[in-house]
Amino acid sequence: MAAGRIEACFSALREKGEKALIPFLTAGDPDLETTEALVVAMAEAGADIIELGIPFSDPSAEGPTIQRSSARALERGTSLRTILDLVGRLRERVKQPLVLMGYANPIHAMGAEIFAKRASEVGVDGVIIPDLTPEDGAPYLDPIRAAGIDTILLAAPTTSEERLTMLVEQTQGFLYYVSLQGVTGARASLSAGIEEKVRLAQSLGDVPVCVGFGVGTKEHAEEIGAFADGVVVGSAIVDRIEEACGGLENAGAAKRAAVDAVAQFIRELKEPLSR
Amino acid sequence: MNSEPDERGMFGQYGGRFVPEMLIGALDKLVEESARIFADERYQTELSDLLANYAGRPTPLTFASRLTDEFGGARIYLKREDLAHTGAHKINNVLGQALLARYMGKKRLIAETGAGQHGVASATAAALLDLECEVYMGAEDMRRQAPNVFRMELLGAKCIPVTSGSQTLKDAINEAMRDWVTHVESTYYCIGSVMGPHPYPTMVRNFQRVIGVESREQILAVEGRLPDALVACVGGGSNAIGLFHPFIPDEGVRLVGVEPAGEGLQSGRHGATINAGVPGIFHGKRTLVLSDDNGQIFPAHSISAGLDYPGVGPEHAYLNDIGRAEYETITDEEALEAFQLLSRLEGIIPALESSHAIAHAGKLAKTLSRDAIVLVNLSGRGDKDIDEVRLILESRDTANAERKH
Repeated sequence: MAAGRIEACFSALREKGEKALIPFLTAGDPDLETTEALVVAMAEAGADIIELGIPFSDPSAEGPTIQRSSARALERGTSLRTILDLVGRLRERVKQPLVLMGYANPIHAMGAEIFAKRASEVGVDGVIIPDLTPEDGAPYLDPIRAAGIDTILLAAPTTSEERLTMLVEQTQGFLYYVSLQGVTGARASLSAGIEEKVRLAQSLGDVPVCVGFGVGTKEHAEEIGAFADGVVVGSAIVDRIEEACGGLENAGAAKRAAVDAVAQFIRELKEPLSR
Repeated sequence: MNSEPDERGMFGQYGGRFVPEMLIGALDKLVEESARIFADERYQTELSDLLANYAGRPTPLTFASRLTDEFGGARIYLKREDLAHTGAHKINNVLGQALLARYMGKKRLIAETGAGQHGVASATAAALLDLECEVYMGAEDMRRQAPNVFRMELLGAKCIPVTSGSQTLKDAINEAMRDWVTHVESTYYCIGSVMGPHPYPTMVRNFQRVIGVESREQILAVEGRLPDALVACVGGGSNAIGLFHPFIPDEGVRLVGVEPAGEGLQSGRHGATINAGVPGIFHGKRTLVLSDDNGQIFPAHSISAGLDYPGVGPEHAYLNDIGRAEYETITDEEALEAFQLLSRLEGIIPALESSHAIAHAGKLAKTLSRDAIVLVNLSGRGDKDIDEVRLILESRDTANAERKH
């Protein structure tokens, strides 16, 4: 049963005094086989929860890095169906919670009920669908939740306290706190005032609060890990995959280099989070 | 019958807000502040003055006598949005939103543009109202519509090329949304059609309603009765909904939207979202979209860049669902013929977008008696299209000449 794996993960981390490292990568970039190898390597290197991005043709909340990786994955014919198959294979190889992150339309096209059933069968633990809010997204989020999958909600710096209270109540697994007002992508420095906002969200309920968007270095992870329950790192990982595979998409050596580079990066990021 | 969304901006199953949490605060604020500002008499007085004395409203309603004779059926009237300042209906919406932006204390206006018409209109309003203006435009569209890029620059706006995706309107909207989410405090996003999250589709429609309100008064003044049918082209659908909306309760008036069939619906190269699309979630709203089985949006195609959009305003999807409006299609080829026909018969060069409406109006008029009245929204003028049309016609002449040899 998938439900509860995320909760159990945070409980275990709390007991050990650790913070969650939550890496993101786009499924199918450069291909699903490499994604599988990357996820296994990340899990071994210390990732606590792994987010697999579902590529979309019009990723309007993404910066250039994830836009490009989505385009590469789509060029390779990656679809929600093939990603669910991948999760099925991964479920037998990694024990960490697996979360799908992607825009609503591919899920809408499959049908929320069918998606929920299939995702639960293959062992998806949670979903993050940035363009679904609890209000308008209910027709999609409800069947997913009913299938025992955590629906993880976002909160942003511009979210009012009243709304934050509602989001903390309704989110499952953890609350994804968007650290900056903008699109995804690693930034040189973190925006000011995150700590205060995260502590506020933590005080409003029992749910873990993890911070993402703009987090790209070990120093960022350390800074955020000091107060948040977890750190989401996306573009900085995708950048490493792009760098290793750039121009050499079919070369096995390039893909192995990508896996090594990402595993090394995960170890670096996890180090300050497990102190 | 009426067509108003619920408080969440849903028209039946379409509309709403499907945007990341980062934009919810800004949209709530927009709903709240726009309600207050629209109720402010100073705003309304200022907007009326701009529409009358700057944009040139009301635009005329022209009886197209030679076009009527050509088709030999219903009497055809043209609502002359081509005569509004900047050459299209776009200015109605832009003046309303740019003025709103100023009342909201925003200093910067951003917009997306496909053919460049909304970009030019936005740049115009920004110049007039002293707002900084940046317009996102697909790199491919910038190449096709170079004169409009220069117009925007002359007007003091900055045109930013979008090189992601298909490099057309849909990608320009993605990029504008990325800008907005990043600069939401200082920036007003001036959406060009009845698209995007609530409240945009309703707000833009309300700014374009002036087309229908004037048309109603004008046709009653000359004919003493309402028309039998209204015809307007539909890309996102703002000119069409602007014309249709005041007539929705008049059930005797047929509302006919005309979608671009491009190279034919079977070719897959078209922009006929209502006729060939499926429900989906795209650009902040639930509506009909051109999407594959995996939920990926595919680029639309039309000879007219302004109809080249793989989604449609949610209110149109709703009016189609409930059967209050009907949606037909016209191919690139038919639009091109209508473009030339109206130029020759009436001395009016229509935009390629509006040429779709003209082409369908001809088909419809033929099926109706001479007592019937068809009112067509001539949503824009065709000056922007003459180079493209010339190239197409010249290449055909060359091909024909070669075939004869």
